[in-house]
Amino acid sequence: MATPVLDKVEAESAASPYITVTMRIRRFNPEISDASVWEDFQIEIDPKERVLDALHKIKWDVDGTLTFRRSCAHGICGSDAMRINGKNRLACKTLIKDINPEKPITVEAIKGLTVLKDLVVDMEPFFQAYRDVMPFLVTKGNEPTRERLQTAEDRERFDDTTKCILCAACTSSCPVFWNDGQYFGPAAIVNAHRFIFDSRDEAGEQRLEILNDKDGVWRCRTTFNCTDACPRGIEVTKAIQEVKRALITRRF
Amino acid sequence: MKIHKYDTVIVGAGGAGMRAAIESTKRSRTAVLTKLYPTRSHTGAAQGGMAAALANVEEDNWEWHTFDTVKGGDYLVDQDAAEILAKEAIDAVLDLEKMGLPFNRTPNGTIDQRRFGGHSRNHGEAPVRRSCYAADRTGHMILQTLYQNCVKEGVEFFNEFYVLDQLLVEEDGVKKSAGVVAYELATGEIHVFQAKAVIYASGGTGKFFKVTSNAHTLTGDGQAACYRRGLPLEDMEFFQFHPTGIWRMGILLTEGARGEGGILRNKDGERFMEKYAPVMKDLASRDVVSRSIYTEIREGRGCGPEGDHVYLDLTHLPPEQLDAKLPDITEFARTYLGIEPYTDPIPIQPTAHYAMGGIPTNVEGEVLSDNTTVVPGLYAAGEVACVSVHGANRLGTNSLLDINVFGKRSGIAAAEYSAKADFVELPEDPASLVVSTIEKLRNSTGSERVADLRRELQETMDANVMVFRTEQTIKTAVEKIAELRERYENVSIQDKGKRFNTDLLEAIELGNLLELAEVMAVSALARKESRGGHYREDYPNRDDVNFMRHTMAYREVGEDGSETVRLDYKPVVQTRYQPMERKY
Repeated sequence: MATPVLDKVEAESAASPYITVTMRIRRFNPEISDASVWEDFQIEIDPKERVLDALHKIKWDVDGTLTFRRSCAHGICGSDAMRINGKNRLACKTLIKDINPEKPITVEAIKGLTVLKDLVVDMEPFFQAYRDVMPFLVTKGNEPTRERLQTAEDRERFDDTTKCILCAACTSSCPVFWNDGQYFGPAAIVNAHRFIFDSRDEAGEQRLEILNDKDGVWRCRTTFNCTDACPRGIEVTKAIQEVKRALITRRF
Repeated sequence: MKIHKYDTVIVGAGGAGMRAAIESTKRSRTAVLTKLYPTRSHTGAAQGGMAAALANVEEDNWEWHTFDTVKGGDYLVDQDAAEILAKEAIDAVLDLEKMGLPFNRTPNGTIDQRRFGGHSRNHGEAPVRRSCYAADRTGHMILQTLYQNCVKEGVEFFNEFYVLDQLLVEEDGVKKSAGVVAYELATGEIHVFQAKAVIYASGGTGKFFKVTSNAHTLTGDGQAACYRRGLPLEDMEFFQFHPTGIWRMGILLTEGARGEGGILRNKDGERFMEKYAPVMKDLASRDVVSRSIYTEIREGRGCGPEGDHVYLDLTHLPPEQLDAKLPDITEFARTYLGIEPYTDPIPIQPTAHYAMGGIPTNVEGEVLSDNTTVVPGLYAAGEVACVSVHGANRLGTNSLLDINVFGKRSGIAAAEYSAKADFVELPEDPASLVVSTIEKLRNSTGSERVADLRRELQETMDANVMVFRTEQTIKTAVEKIAELRERYENVSIQDKGKRFNTDLLEAIELGNLLELAEVMAVSALARKESRGGHYREDYPNRDDVNFMRHTMAYREVGEDGSETVRLDYKPVVQTRYQPMERKY
């Protein structure tokens, strides 16, 4: 019996897809120390797996104190935005093979929001900016008995900005936001855009006034970091430009 | 320990929780407790649509929808509830549109509709276009729209608060809800929420399977909190396996892909569903399609070197149609498989998707403590609940519908109850169970690890209580779960801190999964028939004489502290439809 079993093991190891990867993670736990430190973990992983899988391997098999947020694990819930090799991405949408696994892969919390522990940041200022732009449909007059009508073309007008999952990858990649947390940030503007350009909505003027504020759209310096960072492929900078243009022309 | 007082407390902020919150906040002082942030909830992962007989694109009516729901559930559906679901579907969709949901539109500007599994015209004649949708992001749009309206209504959220215990107090011989106990993730602090009414809307239990479409966070916390306090769980043996999960990963690829014309093929390129469901073909109900896929695989017609999957073929559909109607799932194929769906078929396998069973409720969302008795002040809605509108197998698009119809109903019912009810006095030391659970885990020096036990649980569930079950496989699972539960007593965690201790929470979640897995397996063992999502190879036929009844599982604790699952049964409500042989 022994020989065939060995053969099988050998055959499997020959075809093993696993590689060794160094995960270099910025750790911070204020219960232990006020300073954050880089810590390396070597793990075996199939390069077709996600960075989130790598973090789970560490948490589940090596160090249970490693702390990060995650839920759906396929890029829909927006929990696991982090800075991976210096770029904002979702850990669950980034495959190991796509980020040069021969070198250590660095993972740290997104910037511009207070780090609470390891990769977990305080999301409250981010959601406050979102709430401040009136992110909901406002209509006047009597409601129709059936649905409001909207042409496919009008629906398409704001389609791109409906895709936002509020992961904060864009806002926390923005140099203006890093320097001044008072700036609404790209995500809030995207969500204002979603309603400003919705033909059913009647509060566009109010939202534009909110974004005309000194901490509003005019702070944007068009660096396109946000567009590069968006895991949903939203043309964030374009949406911000459209809001700026609407402020000038008052047409939307 | 902090004590809070609210009229109404909602546990969970997915579709059902937020739909309830919009109603209850208008009527009572409401707090919503969620272990995530609201927009992280798994409603956002739903793709294909929400059923309602709007008849915007072809003839349709709610009675046909009711029939399809009852037939889809293999006649285990409570028909009075299914009728409410189908009737109120129309307003539920229109409500969402008025709240701002960006549905896809028809050329004349009304809400567009598409085909979906099991939904038919005139009692099974042909597929009907009943699913209202927003590309393949309908769940995302529902979650965002409901959150937007919660912001508008000023709903009060407690984010990253884990509800770990349900407080029940006996008053005048009646068991009543007094509130819940929650753990604050950021600080490790315990919070007691005293409330006149509590609504559970905390979602499903899919993480006891390995290949699943469910989020890491779907660990049955609400079901476990109620079950541990002696409340029953209904029909837990019925779990849905969605036919099209990404091979090995389980990520959902919507049935809307087949609604748009996608076809399932085996290794010979054969459209095999024609053999199993001559009328509805690829759009038969999910239990039928999942069994057909595994039959193909077992008979050697699976794809790949190991023959362990089949293909979802979209290559004959125009790229413009894929971009417009299925942008997300085509992107998943590109991201996770490196496959271009324009030109290549996508490898898929069935994936554990949805719990038909859960906390038993009536049609107002009131939780039952046995077959008929209501627990005053306790409600449940959505996947955590069992009304039962899904019976033995849920139809696609009926869950986004369920969370809206019964979320709204329970939100109204709970707020109206709390307007006239008094607070129930908290028990002495209300947080004692939670404190002892946490302290035990934090202080344990045991040698077992959470990740190992969870892996073993998921493997045994996948191997033994998935699409095909037999007495032997289920018994294997029952024994394995018992062993794991014993080993769980010896589990320890590495993170002993207070702040963001997700190590601790994962251990607690595993405890919930183990408890619920046991209920599921024991319920499945006793159901010696095949019905909907529960297929017994040793009893391949439906048995209406002996099993046309809901399973009610109770936790029994012996004098020696030993725990067992006691099973009882509840009649099915039948109104219009007599059980018939189920063909698609």
